Amino acid sequence: MIPEVGSFSLILALCLSMILATLPIIGAYQNNFLWMSMARPLSAGVFVFLGISIAILAYAFVTDDFSVQFVAEHSNSLLPDRYKLTAVWGGHEGSFLLWTFMLAGWMLAVAIFSKSMPLEFVARVLGVLGFLITGYILFMLATSNPFDRIVPLPPVDGADLNSALQDFGFIIHPPTLYMGYVGFSVVFAFAMAALLSGKMDAAWARWCRPWANVAWAILTLGIALGSWWAYYELGWGGWWAWDPVENPPLITWLFGTALIHSLAATEKRGVFKAWTVLLAILAFAGSLLGTFITRSGLLTSVHAFASDPSRGFFILAILGITVGGALLLFAFRAPLMKSEFGFGLVSREILLLSNNVILVVAAASVFLGTLFPMVYQAITDELISIGPPYFNAIFIPLMALLALLLSIGPFTRWKRTSTSYLVQQLGKVALAALALGVVLPLLVTREISLPATMAVAIGSWIILAMLLDLVNKTANKATRLKGLRALSFSYYGMQMAHMGMAVMLLGVALTSSFSSERSVLLSPGQDVGLGNYVFQFEGTASVNGPNYVGEEATFTVFEEGEEIAILHPQRRIYLATNTPSTEMAIDAGFLRDLFITLGEQKEGDSWSMTIYVKPFVRWIWLGAIFMTFGGILAAVDKRYRRLRRKQTESNRSKDKSNSIGGELQPSS
Amino acid sequence: MSNFKFYLPVLGFVVVAIALWRGLFLDTKTLPSMLIDKPMPTFELTSVDGSGVSNSDLPDQIFLLNVWGSYCLPCLIEHPTLMRLSEEGEIPVVGVNYRDRQDLAIDWLADNGNPFAFSILDESGRFGIDLGVYGAPETYLVDADGVIRFRHVSVIDETVWQEQFLPAIAELRAEGT
Repeated sequence: MIPEVGSFSLILALCLSMILATLPIIGAYQNNFLWMSMARPLSAGVFVFLGISIAILAYAFVTDDFSVQFVAEHSNSLLPDRYKLTAVWGGHEGSFLLWTFMLAGWMLAVAIFSKSMPLEFVARVLGVLGFLITGYILFMLATSNPFDRIVPLPPVDGADLNSALQDFGFIIHPPTLYMGYVGFSVVFAFAMAALLSGKMDAAWARWCRPWANVAWAILTLGIALGSWWAYYELGWGGWWAWDPVENPPLITWLFGTALIHSLAATEKRGVFKAWTVLLAILAFAGSLLGTFITRSGLLTSVHAFASDPSRGFFILAILGITVGGALLLFAFRAPLMKSEFGFGLVSREILLLSNNVILVVAAASVFLGTLFPMVYQAITDELISIGPPYFNAIFIPLMALLALLLSIGPFTRWKRTSTSYLVQQLGKVALAALALGVVLPLLVTREISLPATMAVAIGSWIILAMLLDLVNKTANKATRLKGLRALSFSYYGMQMAHMGMAVMLLGVALTSSFSSERSVLLSPGQDVGLGNYVFQFEGTASVNGPNYVGEEATFTVFEEGEEIAILHPQRRIYLATNTPSTEMAIDAGFLRDLFITLGEQKEGDSWSMTIYVKPFVRWIWLGAIFMTFGGILAAVDKRYRRLRRKQTESNRSKDKSNSIGGELQPSS
Repeated sequence: MSNFKFYLPVLGFVVVAIALWRGLFLDTKTLPSMLIDKPMPTFELTSVDGSGVSNSDLPDQIFLLNVWGSYCLPCLIEHPTLMRLSEEGEIPVVGVNYRDRQDLAIDWLADNGNPFAFSILDESGRFGIDLGVYGAPETYLVDADGVIRFRHVSVIDETVWQEQFLPAIAELRAEGT
């Protein structure tokens, strides 16, 4: 009975979101205050009923209700409670419910934190979000209802959650990624509201920016968590595989990164308006494409959910209506969005434009590489395979170029910057970065290596330029400390995210060039050396968990004769599905990771195992954390709050100082 | 037509959407008709244990060509079936070690047992492209003349063996006599 309530609640949410998708938008056209003001309560209602649905699904998992098909397929009575709860997103149906629920959460946040915006605009934004949610719930009810029952004979026990998913990473990676993904739906809704009203001005960009920054920050974190999880769980020491399902988040991220930069230009200078709107649509399209790829069975991959073509058609229809419709509307409206100001050849506008061009080219290349095999097969009936060599060949030079330009950006001024000023300021930075690039790796490794030199040079180029900018910006204040306080959160956010980029680039380049690994067969008491480290195998003992049995090995690691770590890799057999699984042991460090994956017991008491030393691998995720903080810091800049207050006070008058050229619509 | 450029995104989207729509009809589980009933691509490569192998080393009877890799978790699931088939002499199995590394592949075989007469080492994935491999695991049925007759994508377990391969083999045998 209770699962049916979940289904019913889903239907109620559908009814409310259908009203939300229509009345407020019509109200905005007819200037009907009542209809427009229904948007906020309706959003709250949709959120509540979706919340009830997902809570009931979680309850079905916790109480082992195997008469619900989705529960029976993704849980087991032996599964620990925390995984029972998170198995809600362990399969297609539940994870889609989570996705929709999160979108409703974002929508509720917009309803709450939109006091400064005109009601007409809020009504349109929430209406567009309601439209998306309507599509998603229809999709669930039509093709993948998580509350479907197995009648008349429910199984006694469930099939168990995929053992690779029974891990902390699974608890946090999918929700974070979804949260970032659906955040771009909010930005999309802002863009659609602007297109629908035909008004696109600096105020629009200012409203949109914090949302875009937060969505971007969370998506960054979500992707990084996925990479970190793959690294420690899958056991091959990799952190990115250009898998067809990893690529759509990256495509979304690249468009999103371009978007937050072009939004800056749109807000401050009223330029690139049409382009900004287009990026908002493309970022959203990237997130829907990810959904389409994972859930249609179009591409085979480790991430793919059980495929069902009818789902593919449905998502393609959603994609066609939303993205196709948005792009068509864009084609009608974009000619009206004229840039108000020109800019010189050396200016911040140009730097941001180059950033956008590079990021969009990168996104397009990843997109082509992901879909080309399928397109090629559709046309020629032949199969081809596109792997990491293609992606690396295109992506690495683009990112290096991006990193080179990245340092120049903050030094340029809007409209025009003198080239000689840039040369004078950045010339010394470039020299210092090059010197560091040559000297630092030489000091550490005592040999010259081109990848290390380039990585360190580019990393120091970004960080040194950032420090110099900080020095310049605080130079005119009474004390440095006062100068630092006077700088805005946005500024710190930007610098922090840029530094994150530098740290990540260093991590990627150094790990890729200097990782080493060794596969060996050891008996207890034997040891093996790798780099400066010696791994001594002490022996094994059996360990049994709630739903698995296994063996745990003990290793002592020595660095130059000194004991530095004890590691316990495991090998498990999950009982419900009888699948083997390996749990590697990692000694994580700021400068290097050591890790061991345990193979199988061989003749006698010897075991096979693989040992890895991965220098600087943590920096990849550390960089992502910096970027995430940077994005959030920029989003909470008090400028947005101040303006919010100001506008609430004067929301009937045109706020000329904040609007560049365009019209601010008086609310209500 | 100065505003034409604003229509480019939607036109691009239409092209992509058509491709995606077509993509839904592609059956990734069966080999495109062109390699079925065609001889196996010629190869002159090394095997996982380091010796040279070419088409002449293939069994001159009906055999399975199994694409595997040490990184491939589903391969572990189908492994017992392959082990049984080769141990009981039901059918010879040739491996294609796809996009793997030789040392990891050797370890994997040492860990899990080696059902393969030999495994073609395809570190670059080049042979896999000739063969039209989508990813490990994948299994092909090749007849005595080295002609590919049947393809199965993803895990081959006892059920798949009974329900798909045995009838296909029976058909081949019937043709042969």
